This record gives sequence, structure tokens and C-alpha cells, in this order.
Amino acid sequence: MCLAIPGRVERIEGDKAVVDYGGIRREVDISLVDVKEGEYVIVHAGFAIQVLDEREAKETLKIFEELMENA
Amino acid sequence: MMQLRDKGMAEKILEKIRKINIPLKIMHVCGTHQDTIVKYGIDEMLKEYGIEVIEGPGCPVCVTTPSEILKAVTLAKNGHTIATFGDMVRVPAAGESLQKAKAEGGDVRIVYGIEDAVKMAKHGEVIFIGVGFETTAPSTAITLLRRPENFMVLSCHRYVPPAMDALLGMGEIKLDGIICPGHVSTIIGLKPYRPLSEKYGIPQVVAGFEPLDVLMAVYMIARQVKEGRHEVENEYIRVVKEEGNRKAMEAIEKVFEPAPIKWRGFPVIPDSKMRIREEFAEYDAERVYEDIIGGIENIPEPPGCKCGEVLRGLMHPSECPLFGKTCIPSSPVGPCMVSYEGACNIEYKYRKDVM
Ligand code: SF4
Repeated sequence: MCLAIPGRVERIEGDKAVVDYGGIRREVDISLVDVKEGEYVIVHAGFAIQVLDEREAKETLKIFEELMENA
Repeated sequence: MMQLRDKGMAEKILEKIRKINIPLKIMHVCGTHQDTIVKYGIDEMLKEYGIEVIEGPGCPVCVTTPSEILKAVTLAKNGHTIATFGDMVRVPAAGESLQKAKAEGGDVRIVYGIEDAVKMAKHGEVIFIGVGFETTAPSTAITLLRRPENFMVLSCHRYVPPAMDALLGMGEIKLDGIICPGHVSTIIGLKPYRPLSEKYGIPQVVAGFEPLDVLMAVYMIARQVKEGRHEVENEYIRVVKEEGNRKAMEAIEKVFEPAPIKWRGFPVIPDSKMRIREEFAEYDAERVYEDIIGGIENIPEPPGCKCGEVLRGLMHPSECPLFGKTCIPSSPVGPCMVSYEGACNIEYKYRKDVM
């Protein structure tokens, strides 16, 4: 199943990165994404599949409000 | 992400949905969505407003056919080392399963990802049973592009949009909207869904996995219906991009080609199998061991199991006569009770106490 929670990229070494999930660390293959240390990734079956857009994530609720106001 | 479980916001969205006041039948195709929906009781909440949200063919392990399972079992019984995800091991097919093959001396290993299987292959041949949609397939593709030694894949990987097309085309079920799977969409982007909205006049919304994501997606579908639109919209903008993940798509395209395959509960669906391309034939267990598994087809469903109906959205798990009786997670009759992405398993996990 998809781990829907984003993890934070701590350290990158080649195609591998150490990703932190609030204290639990996992080694993840990052060859499918362009990611920098400190960014958040969505991981599936040991592979990062996308980088989280932090600005959009922080503003999700605001975006929801706007979407509903325009209705 | 805790903000996405905000109660006040949930009430606001629900109020908007209530105001639109149109009864709807909405399907999603993702086990992780189903988990969120049942865990937070979203389906029950929405029922009050005449809105039904159901899981379609969204569990990769569940849609894998008994024939494919039996191919894996047969390889194990012929002395081959099999590596796959934990839930695949427990799916019964024709009285067999990988678990049973293991108990009888077969070498069946559970892995969390393909990389574990590649590591095992350092010590001898390993056949990885590749199950999963566009979300999982890139990891298999990338691995084969690295041309690992002693390593083969039995590809049960599938493309989701052809199945959605097949389901809508069968016309058994009248749907008002589709919640598109968040992480499949992370890979494929929004484009592949558009022809479906055109062809069937159906609204689609890509959604994330927090409770508010799902509620918001339902609201966006309701609004489209009210306004007479049928578009592909994206609620999960913090992760899903219009073009998807190009690198992952390229890897899939290099390694796999579309081919017809049967899905459990469905007939053969054109272009829905990710078949390993000729260039990678030496990694394709179906080609390499054709003599052993080539003839395995049309293996019947477990007797009494209604997974087919559940996967087509025609039946709720609780309506299956075996649900919670002879079929429970510790002794499952069908894959929908085995896999933690299966509707029966999820229903049992969260609602067994209220049954
Ligand atoms: S409850 Fe068991 S037997 Fe019934 S449909 Fe689900 S998996 Fe199949």
C-alpha cells in the first residue's frame, strides 16, 4: 500500500537517501525524482515517487477555502 | 499533515456538500483511499446526504487472477526462489497458495520492495512477483534497466486507466464521478484520465489520502455534477503534477509494453497488462519458464467468493454471504480479505466490532 505520509530527506548518497519519518529512518531509492536534502518525498515500495510541494502543502486548507468560496 | 484532519474544516466541506443536495454514486480505485474512508467513517457520513462512495478495482493484489497466482505457485513448486509482497503469499488459488508451497518446502520469501529481492539474487536466481499499478511499476522498471544478475520478474503489473474504461464501458453500474488514485496519478499525471471524462461524460477528481482530501474530492465532484461539467480536476496539488513523474513514466515505457490481460471480476481488458518488452526477455519469467507455466490459464475463482462483484462496485463486502463467517483475515477465502488494500479486509478491520 502507498505510504501516504511524506518523509524528510536527511542525507543523499548517489541514488540513495536516508528519509526521516518523525524519528524512524528508512533508506530510499531516489532515482525517480530530483530531490534535495531537507525536502519531503512520497515513498512507495522503497522508491521516492514524488517531491512534496511544501508551499502547496502548507496552503492546502487555504486553497480549500478559496475553492469553496468561489462556488 | 494534521491540519488535513481538522474537524471544523470537515464540517464546512460537509455543509457545502449538503447544500448541493444531489444524490451521487462515486467510485474510487485505491486501497489507501478505502482505508481512509472506512477508518474515518466518511462513507457513513456521506450516506446521510445520499452519497455513496465505493472501491472499484483499486487493489492490485485483488485484481491479480487465480491463474497468475498459480503460475507463481508452480514456479515455487518447481524449485525456484520466489520473492514477493506479504499479502501475495496468502492469496488462495485453486486450493494452493505461495504460503502453502512454502510450507511444503518451496523457497518463498517476503520482501518490502524489489530491492530486497535484488539483494537476495546475489546468492542465486530469484523470481520477483511484480504486482502493482503505475505506482509500483517504476521500481520494477528501474531495477530491470540496471540489468541485475540472477534476477527475473513475473509481471502482474497493470495500467489503471484501461480498467476504468472497461468498467465504465460495461455499463453495469451507473457512476456520477470518480476519485482518481492519488499515487497512480503522481506517476501518470492528469492527461490519461481526460479521454474517459470525454467518452463517458463523467467528472473525475484526483485526491490525496487524508480525510479532508477525500471530502474535498467528493465536494468537487458534486459541484461538477451540479454545474453540468465533466472534467478532470486535481485536489492533490501538493503532490500530483499535470505531467506526472516523467522519469518514472520513461522507465515504465522502456521496460514494459501494453498487452491484454484478464482482471479478477473482469473480462480481458485490452492494453492493461505491463508486459516486459522483448529487449528484457531474459528477465521475463513468463518467457524464460514458458514450458512450466505457459499453459496455466482460466483457473476458477474460489467457490462462493464475491470478490469479482466487490471489485466491480456491484456488491458491498458485508453483502457477501461468507464475509466475517468463513472468510476472515486469518483464513481468507478471496484476495479482497487478504490484502490490506482489499475492500473486505478494510471493512473487517474497522467494522468487525459493529457487525
Ligand atoms: S468476504 Fe471473502 S469470500 Fe466474500 S468477497 Fe470478500 S474475500 Fe471473497
